[in-house]
Amino acid sequence: MTELLLGAYVFLLAIIVGFEVIGRVPSMLHTPLMSGTNAIHGVVLVSAIIVAGQAHDTSTRIIAFFAVVLGSLNVFGGFVVTDRMVNMFHSRPGERR
Amino acid sequence: MNAAIGIAYLIASLTFIAGLRFLSSPVTAKLGNRVAAAGMILALVATFFYKDLTNFPLIFVAIVIGAVLGSGSARMVKMTAMPQMVAIFNGMGGGAAALVSTLEFVHLTSNGATLDHSQGLTIALGAAIGSISFAGSIIAFAKLQELMPSNAYQFSWTKFANAGVALILVGFVAAITIGSSSHLVIAGLLAVAVILGLVLVTPIGGADMPVVISLMNSLTGLAVALTGFVLGNELLIVAGALVGASGTLLTQLMAKAMNRPITNVLWGSFGATSVAGMELPPGATVREISVDDAAVLMAYSQRVVIVPGYGLAVAQAQHQLRELSDLLNDSGVEVKYAIHPVAGRMPGHMNVLLAEADVPYSEVYEMSAINGEFPSTDVVLVVGANDITNPAAREDPGSPIYGMPILNVDYAQHIIVLKRSMRPGFAGIDNPLYYNPKTAMLFGDAKDSVQKLVAATKNAAKPRDSKRKEDGRLAATKA
Repeated sequence: MTELLLGAYVFLLAIIVGFEVIGRVPSMLHTPLMSGTNAIHGVVLVSAIIVAGQAHDTSTRIIAFFAVVLGSLNVFGGFVVTDRMVNMFHSRPGERR
Repeated sequence: MNAAIGIAYLIASLTFIAGLRFLSSPVTAKLGNRVAAAGMILALVATFFYKDLTNFPLIFVAIVIGAVLGSGSARMVKMTAMPQMVAIFNGMGGGAAALVSTLEFVHLTSNGATLDHSQGLTIALGAAIGSISFAGSIIAFAKLQELMPSNAYQFSWTKFANAGVALILVGFVAAITIGSSSHLVIAGLLAVAVILGLVLVTPIGGADMPVVISLMNSLTGLAVALTGFVLGNELLIVAGALVGASGTLLTQLMAKAMNRPITNVLWGSFGATSVAGMELPPGATVREISVDDAAVLMAYSQRVVIVPGYGLAVAQAQHQLRELSDLLNDSGVEVKYAIHPVAGRMPGHMNVLLAEADVPYSEVYEMSAINGEFPSTDVVLVVGANDITNPAAREDPGSPIYGMPILNVDYAQHIIVLKRSMRPGFAGIDNPLYYNPKTAMLFGDAKDSVQKLVAATKNAAKPRDSKRKEDGRLAATKA
């Protein structure tokens, strides 16, 4: 129970941090932001590796294999897409010309 | 989990928070993504030092497959296809979270053990929410990629069918919460959750997809946080909660921009009602304009506002558009870009395109900042935008988009609309703007039309340009 409670603390505080950090994002960065958060939840790959590491029979290994592939797609695809988007914001506001 | 892994996870959590903070400014956005990516690599490497981890070859091969496919497709895809790429990668994350929950269920119940209620509930919810996000994101991808019809439809019975599927899902979640350890129950839960994701998103029209993708993004975040609870992993809880919170906020911002509560997006019927549109005055006609006339009209005006829409993204005309606005700027015309919050297929879609073409941020205005300026604007150039300029949203209570905030382009002196054809926009409704006597249409591909406008403006702007030079010389001699 204590572990669950600790998790709940972390969860709620992270939600507050999430609202605070994101509340200041200008609308022109909404797409990169959505893409960036999409890449960050790719951290599910960590949990996929952990459960894959404890798989003991063929059927769970197959499911674990797919879990890792999907998580890996999320991480690598997510960060590359975001990188391409934010690369377009290379100049400082109003600096061109 | 030993202390070193724990510290690596703690650092990774901080990089995610810092990354999001940096992503909130155009100047540091690039750094923000790099910081978060570095934290992700740290977390992944640390995970390999988990005690009793087996199946290394399998894990390694799976990661490489995902990395090659993911980064390869992300690199090759065109900028216009970015929204659906976010949707599909988000769906992958949701699917991974659902499978992780399922495996943990199998693992924890392997020796005939039963789950306690909190374990059962978090596992069931993680599997259900991940599956909904997986299926919903794939539909969003298919709609934006035009692999399936993007129009909205709604039958009177869809709501009841959806509610029925949702009830069955609640039943499965309850069964696992009270301690069922049957593999059939978790398989049934996954299947029903996937069906719910499909039936929930399929009736929603393409115009609402930005909101849907954002919602699915926050759902995946929530599912990831739940797997963090199941595994007792704080890194997953922090990252999932961050994404869940930001996704919810973004979803609300977008829904607000469309003046449609999120429930309305999910269960409403945008454009699915019989398309009546505003009563057009009898004999209303569409006026066409030639490229030269349009160029002259703009070159000799004081203020021009450019309204970009999805058509600009499709035609990839942003560079030509910037050339046009530079030309006009150089001949003394004040040019501004007006961005509707839901222009394109994602929030900020237009900003990304304009940034790609190096349009200075100082020329780009949000809807609330520019809407008051249209009455004093000489020419509005609408490039591939439709529904976001439709005055029916303001004036016709019978219109399906009534109440959606729009750019009041019809208040300007002249409106030039670049459009491929008279086909209605994504919402599938007619736009009375095109029948306005002040409006002139320039049909054709946006890139092609803007290119022609650039050429014509060069000619049209010349006399004025040389006159300005003469004035300058005159002033110089006087001085």
